[in-house]
Amino acid sequence: MSNHNLSRRWPTTLLAGVLASALFTTTYAAEEEIYTFFRAEELGYRIGDGDSFNWDAEGWVGGDYNKLWFKTEGERVNGNGVENAEVQLLYSRLIADFWDLQAGLRYDFNPEPERGFAVIGVEGLAPYWFEIDASAFISDQGDVSARFKAEYDLLLTQKLILSPLLEMNLAASSDEKRGVGSGLNDLELNLTLRYEVVREFAPYIGVSWERKYGQTADFARAEGEDIERTTFMVGVRFWF
Amino acid sequence: MSRYLFATAALLLATATQAATYDLTIGKTPVNVTGQPRKAITVNGQLPAPLLRFQEGEEVVLNVTNALDTDSSLHWHGFILPYTMDGAPGFGFAGIKPGETFTYRFKIQQSGTYWYHSHSDMQEQAGLYGPIIIEPVKPEPYRYDRDYVIMLSDWTDQKPHTVMSKLKKQSDYYNYSQQTVADFFREVSAKGWDAAVQNRLDWGQMRMMATDIADVAGYTFLVNGRTPEQNWSGLFKPGERVRLRLINGSAMSIFDVRIPGLKMTVVQADGNNVTPTPVDELRISVAETYDVIVQPQDDQAYTLFAESLDRAGYARATLTPREGMSGVIPELRPRPLLTMADMAGHGGMHHGSMAGMNHESMAGMEAETIDHSKMDHGSMAGMDHSSMAGMDHSTMNHGGAANAEQTPANQVKPNPQSGLYPTAANGGKFLIYNDLRAMTAYPGYRAPDREIEVRLTGNMERYIWTLNDEKFVDADPIRLKYGERVRLKLTNTTMMTHPIHLHGMWMQLDVGKGAFNPLKHVISVLPGQTVYADVSVDAKGEWPFHCHLLYHMHAGMMRKVIVDDSGASI
Repeated sequence: MSNHNLSRRWPTTLLAGVLASALFTTTYAAEEEIYTFFRAEELGYRIGDGDSFNWDAEGWVGGDYNKLWFKTEGERVNGNGVENAEVQLLYSRLIADFWDLQAGLRYDFNPEPERGFAVIGVEGLAPYWFEIDASAFISDQGDVSARFKAEYDLLLTQKLILSPLLEMNLAASSDEKRGVGSGLNDLELNLTLRYEVVREFAPYIGVSWERKYGQTADFARAEGEDIERTTFMVGVRFWF
Repeated sequence: MSRYLFATAALLLATATQAATYDLTIGKTPVNVTGQPRKAITVNGQLPAPLLRFQEGEEVVLNVTNALDTDSSLHWHGFILPYTMDGAPGFGFAGIKPGETFTYRFKIQQSGTYWYHSHSDMQEQAGLYGPIIIEPVKPEPYRYDRDYVIMLSDWTDQKPHTVMSKLKKQSDYYNYSQQTVADFFREVSAKGWDAAVQNRLDWGQMRMMATDIADVAGYTFLVNGRTPEQNWSGLFKPGERVRLRLINGSAMSIFDVRIPGLKMTVVQADGNNVTPTPVDELRISVAETYDVIVQPQDDQAYTLFAESLDRAGYARATLTPREGMSGVIPELRPRPLLTMADMAGHGGMHHGSMAGMNHESMAGMEAETIDHSKMDHGSMAGMDHSSMAGMDHSTMNHGGAANAEQTPANQVKPNPQSGLYPTAANGGKFLIYNDLRAMTAYPGYRAPDREIEVRLTGNMERYIWTLNDEKFVDADPIRLKYGERVRLKLTNTTMMTHPIHLHGMWMQLDVGKGAFNPLKHVISVLPGQTVYADVSVDAKGEWPFHCHLLYHMHAGMMRKVIVDDSGASI
């Protein structure tokens, strides 16, 4: 599908659709149908080199081609309070069968000082079944950074799924107040095993390995923090 | 010539209405199909809706009252009638509001086996479908002693909107036959490491699944509203000829139907008589009808066994000489796996691995003039011949093509390399479209005035279904001129089978039999296949043209066809 003429009269369609769907039941999608989605990919504890509560969730409201996305992720470290917390609000548009182009705003409540960012990214399914989320950010201080996430589902059975995940953060310049150096900031590798009791609900266990690199690692050392962390993960993944 | 038509049908299905005025009320009725209490949407409290029995030539008056709290409608599937009476909301008909009664009035201009169903809000998934028998004016050219309707359907305890929502959020939600690590190693031991890895890479490259046969699972398959355990039964005396009117009233399920121990002689397809053809098994796509005659000789029970195409389950009925008997229930056959031949129409495929395709022999083919992504290599069906100047067809190995000669008729044949290739369980004859030959020549047969290509398209991952890459909500209508004859070129670029339905006018499927090509209201187009059907544009108005898989239609795989005197071309 390359050339759709769409209900891409967005955002009018999106807004009209939201209103219409609230007011009427449609016959056969004579109007663009609006759906809402929320998924917590990670909601649980990481225990080991420092215990923490972690969340990573996203959701959207919209039609087939245009959506409003919401993403949030963060970490609350026992004894230290919330170390990281960010939210993103994005407009998302289907640009190819498997890919959405997303643009909008990100706001980090932690670490301090708080920062706002403009975001542009792509999210979708790459060949060979890799789920990809790649974003570039420019902060209100003018710092450019990027994040790349890839995840793969290996079906041990129809319901027992082993899922490796890779995440890395990069920055073009340093933002020392927030402990962000230029270059590769950090790398995270997770391996989770989840059991889909139903598609929508899956408890998981896993192991996570995180490491900071380069200048970012230097900043962490200067603060007396570890630059490497290995944890055991337990929690639930769900969507509706 | 003895007939027990009325007695048996009325006894076994529902109250057969005979008057020229019919009062039908759409409402909700408690049912329990799976062990969980649910409410079905019914007509006069019946699931399926009551059998309607019309006479050819009759002026019918149908008072349809909507007792639901949402809009509803009844559509007379396959009927030739004024478009305002067709019952499709948004097509010269406003639907039936809650509490209101709509009176349908039309003259019956045809005969045979048909059905009716809601055209609103996916209500047919919730039970709003029923059979119709139209008695012909002239006696039919075959005889039979008993006459039963076999209405197949798929029941789910989930609400249709819930199903749709799940599919939009996770398109493989219902597929619990995905390939696991264990499957991979089984494949390694069967085919060897390289072949197994290559196969995974091929599917992974496309991000598609070989097990993706049906979008929705969890269905209980019904015959005349009865589960396999409830075992709908019809009586016969050995030696009698029994007419079975097979109707597929499913939302999403295609069935392979057989009666072990009996030949089925196909006498009618989509309500139109065909040259009688004995078969062992047939595939009935969604919304199609087939009439078959069987002649059980022995004093034993016979099982009518209708396996869903994905082999997830079956519908079952029994023909028995005495009440209470049941025949052997066959095992379900293994779930089929799609092959690269089924992906032939898919744009993003990996060409190197195409089974049977010989690139080396494609001499004379100018690579830069040919868009491979639009080519259907498996059956050479989706090819735009006009743009392939300089290509020497004779030197090409068309891979999956069954015959070297690429006539439209040959293209209707299933590709032998398809994972869905129909094979009779007993190794005997499996009905294909090419076997259908109309009993009488179609008077409107002539060369078409023009051709319209309709590509069957979609985005499986996001569950967006389209025609020519556009959803119904976004697309302009197809405009036809009253009196013209149009050739529809239906090119399936997806890996699913799509039963394509045109309201109000017959599609004459080109199976190479000229004026004797069969008239169909539904044409089931296989993955990667292109078929041609001619339409004599003889009915003015606004008509739906859509995939009859309910969730595909709802997702947008539909067009409005407008027929008027101007017929400004699309």
